[in-house]
Amino acid sequence: MTIAISIQNLVKTYANGFEALKGISLEVEQGDFFALLGPNGAGKSTTIGVISTLVNKTSGSVEVFGKNVDTHSYETKLDFGVVPQEVNFSQFEKVRDIVMTQAGYYGLPRKLAAERCEKYLRKLGLWDKRDERSRSLSGGMKRRLMIARALVHEPRLLILDEPTAGVDIELRRSMWEFLTEINDNGTTIILTTHYLEEAEQLCRNIAIIDEGKIVENTSMRKLLKELDSQVYILETNSQVPAGFSLKQDNMVLNIVDENIIEVTVSGGQSVNSVFTEFSEADIKIDSMRNKTNRLEQLFMSKLEGNG
Amino acid sequence: MLTNHKYIAFETIVIKEVRRFARIWVQTLVPPAITIGLYFVIFGNLVGRRIGEMGGFQYMEFIVPGLIMMSVIQNSYSNVVSSFFSHKFQRSVEELLVSPVPNYIILSGFIAGGMARGLAVGTIVTLMSLFFADLEIQNLFITVSVVLLTSIVFALAGFINALFANSFDDISIIPTFVLTPLIYLGGVFYSVELLPPFWKLVSALNPIFYMVNTFRYGILGSSDVDIVWAFFILIVFIVVLFSSCIMLLRKGTGLRS
Ligand SMILES: Nc1ncnc2c1ncn2[C@@H]1O[C@H](COP(=O)(O)OP(=O)(O)OP(=O)(O)O)[C@@H](O)[C@H]1O
Ligand SMILES: [Mg+2]
Repeated sequence: MTIAISIQNLVKTYANGFEALKGISLEVEQGDFFALLGPNGAGKSTTIGVISTLVNKTSGSVEVFGKNVDTHSYETKLDFGVVPQEVNFSQFEKVRDIVMTQAGYYGLPRKLAAERCEKYLRKLGLWDKRDERSRSLSGGMKRRLMIARALVHEPRLLILDEPTAGVDIELRRSMWEFLTEINDNGTTIILTTHYLEEAEQLCRNIAIIDEGKIVENTSMRKLLKELDSQVYILETNSQVPAGFSLKQDNMVLNIVDENIIEVTVSGGQSVNSVFTEFSEADIKIDSMRNKTNRLEQLFMSKLEGNG
Repeated sequence: MLTNHKYIAFETIVIKEVRRFARIWVQTLVPPAITIGLYFVIFGNLVGRRIGEMGGFQYMEFIVPGLIMMSVIQNSYSNVVSSFFSHKFQRSVEELLVSPVPNYIILSGFIAGGMARGLAVGTIVTLMSLFFADLEIQNLFITVSVVLLTSIVFALAGFINALFANSFDDISIIPTFVLTPLIYLGGVFYSVELLPPFWKLVSALNPIFYMVNTFRYGILGSSDVDIVWAFFILIVFIVVLFSSCIMLLRKGTGLRS
C-alpha cells in the first residue's frame, strides 16, 4: 500500500513561543478519504501549513508519496493541491485568470491549462462567472474557486482546510458529492473539519487533534462503534401509567413527565422492541428524537481525555 | 523542475505583473508621465532658459537623460514593491509559495515585471522629451544596457522592501526617505562640477549618481563619471541584491511563519 503522506513527530513553535504542534505523527494511505478533526486552535491549519511549506516547522518530517518535502520540493509540490481555510487569491483578478495563473505555476502549457480551467470551473459551477472579478463572488463561490484552483494541476493528493465552513446545506451536499467523486476516481483527500458528521459522511479514516496533539487516530467505523448507547426522547399524548417499565433488561426507561419519556438503548439492540412494548401498553408515541448529538458527545469525550 | 515548466512559470508571473500595471494604468503610467512632463516644462523650459548651460549642454538637454532615468528608477522600484506587497497583503503570494516554482523564478518574474513598468514609463517620458529637446543617442549600447541594469537594481531593491514590509506605510517610507533624496542628489538636475569638494565626495557614494551619469554619457557623450567603474558598480549591486533576495526567500522572511 502506498503512503500518500507521512508525518513524523511534527513540532511547531511559533515566533511568539506558542507551541502549536507538540509532536504529531500521522499516515494517510493513497486513495484514502481522511479527516483531521479538532476544535478551534487545535493545530489543523498549522499542520496543513507545514505540509504546504507556508509554515516553517520546528522539527519533524513530512513525506509525500515517499519523498521528503524539504529535499524533493518540486516533485512533492506537484503531487498535492491545497484549499486553504481563508481566501488567498487576488480580489482584483478575474476568476479564469486566477485558475490559469495557477496552471502556469505548475507548468501547464496554455492549451492544456485552458482545457483544465474550463473543466474544473464547470464542475464547480463557476464557468458562468469566469469573467467576473473574484471579489464579486459570494463566500461559497470563493471556496469553490479555491477548489478549482487546487485541482487544475490534477494532484494525487488534495488537502482541504475546512472546505464547508460557512457554506449552506445544499452547497455542502454538492461539495460532498463532488469530493466523493474525485476520491472514487483515485485522488487521496485529507480534509479538516469541526464537524464529526461531516467526517462520518465522507471519511474512511480519522484523526482527532487537540491542543497540538493527536488524541485519536482510527478508522471511522471503529470510532462509531464506540457509540454503543444512545438516548432517545419520546413524546406522547397518552398518559404514561405510573409504574410503567420495559421488559427488556438493558434498556433504561426514565419518565421525565407524563408526556415525555427517555429511553437509553445499548448498542446492538433494536428500537423496534421499544415501540412494541409501548403499543402493547396502549401508549401512542408521537415523536422520537436523539437526546444529544451522539457524535458531538463522543467528540467531547475524546477531548476531555486529552485535557 | 523541467526547463519548460520553469519558462511557463516565469512567463505566467510576468504576464500577471504586466496585466496588473496595465489594468491600473491611471495609477501606474499616467502620474509619472505627468510629473516628469511638469519637470520638462518648469525646469527644462522656463527655469532652464535662465540657467543656460550645464555640464557643457543646454540645461534642457542636460536634464532629459536624468529625468528619464529618474522615471525608470522610481517605476521599477514601485511596481515590484507595491505588487509584491499587495500579494503578501492579499495572501495570494501563497499561491506561489505552495507551488513548485523555484525561488529564483519567482524573483526573476517580479523583476521582469518591474522592468516592464520602468521601461514603459521610461519610453513614455522619452517620447515626451522629444517635444522639448532634440536628442541624438551617442552610444546606443551604453544607453540601453545602463537602463536595463539600473532597472534590475531597483526592481530588486523594491522586492527586498516588500519582503520586509508589514504595512502600507512600510512600502512608502523607503521611497520617500531614501530613494527620492538619492535620486535628487544623484545628479539628475545638476553637474557635480558645481559642488564643493566635500559634496562631490558624498555624491561619489551615491550609486544613482553613477547610473544617471552613465546614461547621460550614452545619450550626450559626456559624463561626470568613469563608465567602466559605473558598470562595475551596477553589476556588483545586482549580484549582491539578487543573492540577498534568494537568501531571504529561502528563509521565508516576511512570507512564512
Ligand atoms: N502565526 C502565528 N503565530 C502565533 N501563533 C499562531 C500563529 N498561527 C497560529 N497560531 C496559534 O496556533 C494554534 C493553532 O492554530 P491553527 O490555526 O493551526 O488552529 P486550527 O486547528 O486550524 O483552528 P481553526 O479550527 O480555528 O481553524 C492557535 O492557538 C493559534 O493561535
Ligand atoms: Mg484552521
